[in-house]
Amino acid sequence: MTSGGVLRRTGRSEAATGLAMISPTATYAILLLAAPLALIFIVSFLTDGYLEIIRTFTFANYIEAWTNELYRVVMVRSLLVALSVTAVTVLLAFPVAYFVSFHVDPSRKSLWLFLITIPFWTSYLIRVFLWKVILGYNGVVNSSLLGLGIISEPLQWINYNVGAVVVTLAHAYAPFAILPIFVALEKIDRSLLEAGQDLGESRVMTFLRVTLPLAMPGVVAAVLIVFIPIIGDFVTPQLVGGPEGRMVANLIQLQYLKLDNYPLGSAIAVSAMAIVTLVSLLFLYLNRRYLRGPGS
Amino acid sequence: MRGGWFKVYALVYLVFLYAPIILLPMFAFNDATVIAFPLSGFSTKWFAALVDDPLLRDAVRNSLIIAVTTAILSTTLAVFAARASTRYRFPGKAGLMGLIMLPLVLPEIIVAVSLLSILLMAGIELSILTVILGHVLICTPFCIAILSSAFQSLDRSLEEAAYDLGETPFSTFRLIILPLVMPGIISSLLISFTISLDEFIIAFFLAGTQATLPVYILSQFRFPQAVPAIMALGTILVCLSILLLGIAEFFRRRGLARSGAKDTGGFL
Repeated sequence: MTSGGVLRRTGRSEAATGLAMISPTATYAILLLAAPLALIFIVSFLTDGYLEIIRTFTFANYIEAWTNELYRVVMVRSLLVALSVTAVTVLLAFPVAYFVSFHVDPSRKSLWLFLITIPFWTSYLIRVFLWKVILGYNGVVNSSLLGLGIISEPLQWINYNVGAVVVTLAHAYAPFAILPIFVALEKIDRSLLEAGQDLGESRVMTFLRVTLPLAMPGVVAAVLIVFIPIIGDFVTPQLVGGPEGRMVANLIQLQYLKLDNYPLGSAIAVSAMAIVTLVSLLFLYLNRRYLRGPGS
Repeated sequence: MRGGWFKVYALVYLVFLYAPIILLPMFAFNDATVIAFPLSGFSTKWFAALVDDPLLRDAVRNSLIIAVTTAILSTTLAVFAARASTRYRFPGKAGLMGLIMLPLVLPEIIVAVSLLSILLMAGIELSILTVILGHVLICTPFCIAILSSAFQSLDRSLEEAAYDLGETPFSTFRLIILPLVMPGIISSLLISFTISLDEFIIAFFLAGTQATLPVYILSQFRFPQAVPAIMALGTILVCLSILLLGIAEFFRRRGLARSGAKDTGGFL
C-alpha cells in the first residue's frame, strides 16, 4: 500500500508534496552553498585590483597558483599529508572496527561506539593543542622518555613537523574512519565466512577473499570522508606543523584574510578542490577494479 | 581467547584516543604556568581566573547565541528534508539531497571562503548572524542523518489510520508523527548545538569582530601565561560535551526502542 489514501485527501501529487516539503532546506542550500560556490569559481577567473575585484576575465590566477614554486610546494605537501593521514587513519581504524563488529558482544557494541565517538566531540582546538603538549620539545613523550633514561636528549623529529600533523589529524578523524567500516562489517552475513572456511580456505584467505571485499564500501566511505576535509584543515598545521607543515588551507586563509587577494585565493581553493575530486575519482576507479577481481 | 590480540589493540587505540583528554584536567588543576611534566601541585586558581575574564564572557555569550539558534534552525530545516526524502518520491530528489548533504564532505574552509565572498559582495556586515548562516549549513546534514533514521522507522500505517479517522495532514503530523520522532529531534538539537559550539574555521572567517569561544581559545594560545586557564576551560567543555552527548544518546536509544528498530550504533 502506498500513499494513495493521503494523496486523494490532500489533492496534490506526491512529487509536488515532496518538492514543497524539501523546498525550505533546498532553497537554503542553493542560496548559501551552491551560489557561493559558483561565485568563487567565477571570481577565480577575475582580476585582482587594489581593494576591489576588476571584472576582466583572466587565467592569471591559475597560472600563478600552478607555476609559483611556493604554492606548488605547499599543494604537493598538502596532498601527501592528506594521503598519508588517510592511509594511517584507515589502517589503524580497520582492526578496531573489525574487533567491535566481530568480537564484541552485541549488547556492548553501542558502548564501544559511544566510547570511540566521545573524544571527537570535545573541543577540537584544545585537542590539537594537547598534541603539541604531548609531542613538543619538553612534551609528555620526551620528558617521560628522558625520565626513564631511554633517550639522553629530547627527540626533535616528533615535534613541529609533518609527522606531528599526521598524528594529530589521524587522532582527529579516527571516528570518521571507524564508523563507516564498522557499519559495512556489520552487514556481512556471518555464514559466508563459515562457508569460506568449510571450503578449505585459511582464516587469512577468508579475510582477503570474503571479508575485505564485502567491507570495501565502508573502507571507501572512510577514505573519502577522511581525505577530503583534511585538505581544508589549517589549524592543525598552524599549531603543530611549524613552518615546514603549512598546508593549502593556510595559503587560502592567507590570500583571503591577510593579502585580500580574493581571485588568487579562489583559484587556489578551486584547484585544491579539483585535485581532491580527481584523487577521489581515481581511488573509486581503482577500488572498482579490485572488487571485480584479478583477470576479469 | 578469540579476538585476544584485537582486544589488546582496541584498548591501546582507546588510550590513543583519550590521551589528550586525560591530560586536560591534569594541567587544569596544576599549579604551574608551564604546560609540562612534572606537575607541581594542586590548584583551582585557573578556574577562578576564567570567571573574571570579560573577553571570555563575551565569547561564551556569542557562542551560546550562535549554538542555540543554529540548533533550532538546522533541526527545523532537517525535519523538512528528512521527511521529504524518506516519505516522498519527487524529481530531482537525488540532486537536491546531494547538495544539502554536500557540506558533510566539503572542506570547511571552502564553505567559509565562499560564504565570505558572497556576504561581502552583497554588502552584509560580518557578525554573529553570518556565523549562524554558515553553521546552519554544516549542521543540517548531521541533523538530517539523525532524523532520517527516525523518520524511516515510522510505521506508515499509523499515519494512514490517522487520515482514515479524519485528521488533516497537519494535525496528523502534530499528533502522530512528531511525538514519534521527538527523541530524534532532541538528539538532533543537541548534536547541532555541540557541533556549532566547537566549530572554528567558519566562525574564524565569518565572525568579524565578535569572537566565538573557539576563536577566543585560539587567540589565547599565543600567550603562554593564558594557556592554563584554557586547560581549565577545556575541562569544563569536555564535561559539558560528555553530558550533552550522554543525553543525546539516551534519547536516540529511547527513540529506537519506541519504534522497535534495531540499534545500528552511533550518530555519525
